Amino acid sequence: MTYEKFINPAIAAVPPSGIRRFFDIAATMKDAISLGVGEPDFVTPYHIRNAAINSLLDGETQYTGNRGMPELLEEISWYLEHRYQTKYDPATEIMVTVGASEAIDVALRALVSPGDEVLVPEPSYVSYSPSVIFATGTPVGVVTTAETEFRLTPEAIEAAITPRTKFLILPYPNNPTGGVMGREDLLKIAAVVEKHDLLVISDEIYAELSYGDHQHVSFAALPGMWQRTITLNGFSKAFAMTGWRVGYACGPREIISVMLKIHQYGIMCAPRMGQVAALEALRSGRLTDYEDVRKMRESYDRRRRLMVEGFRAMGLECFEPRGAFYVFPGIQPTGLTSEDFCNRLLLEHKVACVPGTAFGACGEGHIRCSYATGIDKLNIALERMEAFVRQVRG
Amino acid sequence: MKKLEMQLLDLLQEDCRLPLEKLAVMLGATTAEVAETIDSLEKQRVILRYAPTINWDKTDRERVEAMIQVSVTPQRDAGFDEVAKRIYRFEEVKSVYLMSGGYDLLVLVEGRTLKECALFVSSKLSTLEMVTGTATSFILKRYKEEGVVFEEGKTDNRLVITP
Ligand SMILES: Cc1ncc(COP(=O)(O)O)c(C=O)c1O
Repeated sequence: MTYEKFINPAIAAVPPSGIRRFFDIAATMKDAISLGVGEPDFVTPYHIRNAAINSLLDGETQYTGNRGMPELLEEISWYLEHRYQTKYDPATEIMVTVGASEAIDVALRALVSPGDEVLVPEPSYVSYSPSVIFATGTPVGVVTTAETEFRLTPEAIEAAITPRTKFLILPYPNNPTGGVMGREDLLKIAAVVEKHDLLVISDEIYAELSYGDHQHVSFAALPGMWQRTITLNGFSKAFAMTGWRVGYACGPREIISVMLKIHQYGIMCAPRMGQVAALEALRSGRLTDYEDVRKMRESYDRRRRLMVEGFRAMGLECFEPRGAFYVFPGIQPTGLTSEDFCNRLLLEHKVACVPGTAFGACGEGHIRCSYATGIDKLNIALERMEAFVRQVRG
Repeated sequence: MKKLEMQLLDLLQEDCRLPLEKLAVMLGATTAEVAETIDSLEKQRVILRYAPTINWDKTDRERVEAMIQVSVTPQRDAGFDEVAKRIYRFEEVKSVYLMSGGYDLLVLVEGRTLKECALFVSSKLSTLEMVTGTATSFILKRYKEEGVVFEEGKTDNRLVITP
């Protein structure tokens, strides 16, 4: 039987993720060191796991309200207000989702109408553009480059705007580049957003993982931007809770209520177990001034420096990332494409990285290396890469 | 204590074989600063030695450890410190702690056999004039020491490549 007539051609036309293809090769190699992992190497702190175990023992296994557990919503509201100076009413302006992933999907489906253009800075997280397409919109890439440390510039946005442009995805701190946007950078974006009457979907899932003197600024905290922003966040990265699948979306109630409609019919609620764990993460965080997060951040920060220095020592250009847990060095001196570089590095030297092109065409010439891996492994990986770079440069 | 010192101690406690250059890079300091800091930490006896955590149960060495709760009469001038000194000088003694609660000193003793440990208690420890009582417990199995779990290796459940 052929299924062509049954399958939505718009979905069939979306290419599978470049990461997926690479995964298939890497997964067969036992002794490879992977710098391709987009999640923390920490296990969820034990007290958080324990809170979930206790709730299971107590028989808390049912649905929660669509919006999420009220205690969790309260706690998220407190957290955002005290950590990022953004105020959201827990009863109407926040919803708990199945990871930030669901929040991205639901936000786009709630907002985008057929033919609407959505600005997607690139390189960026693999699921934005496909999600825009699934939501019947048109993703329009906005190029960011190493020269500006992968910051989004108002000029680049202006150049991409058409009469159909309605939305801007703001992906900072950025996966895969580790780039961040400071207050001044964001204010410039805010002016363009205002001028062209855009709505912003700000994916701030890496906000807690900001390094050096960089302080994360939430886009909604800028003057006049609260009304124009849907803030997305989650527990996966900051609290090492990827498998629990809990994230959240915040914004004006008029928008959250529409998003909630999709979530209500399509998902019902985020898993209760995960919500209980998330509640413990925030409650204990509030009491300990987020000690778990701080310890993990400090640990990432050391490894971040190690990697930047390692790549620079190889003679590769590597701008200093100030967020997330990725470095995005340039591999142009090797004369290889990102794809070839990663293929050969994996097959010949057993280190897995992700080609920059998996995150948008302008990622060519770069590779993404995650440093959420033990220091011993990072050091071995750096040695192997150095040997490889020396070999191909001749 | 300075932030650099604390961070350095954290790193060294995890892995004291990291080269100076790598430590310096990770801490955002110069190699000279790190070397000086380590030097000063050693001089102050904050860092006492660089030793691995060993699971002796996996080796051929016959080895028994006993935890002995010791009650003592403190010495008039030097209090418990003098008593502790008299005890920790025995080579068999691996650790000595002053404790709160129902007894005074906790003494960790290592020997090749049970008998050897028992002999230490009866002939050396309990014969000290200030020791008024002992209660010996033998360690049967070691699960975790210095933050390291003995049996489970580190498993990484993550997929090799994720977005
Ligand atoms: C930028 C970005 N946004 C969102 C997500 C999805 O996270 P979650 O686990 O909350 O669905 C990821 C995960 O890799 C990410 O890198």
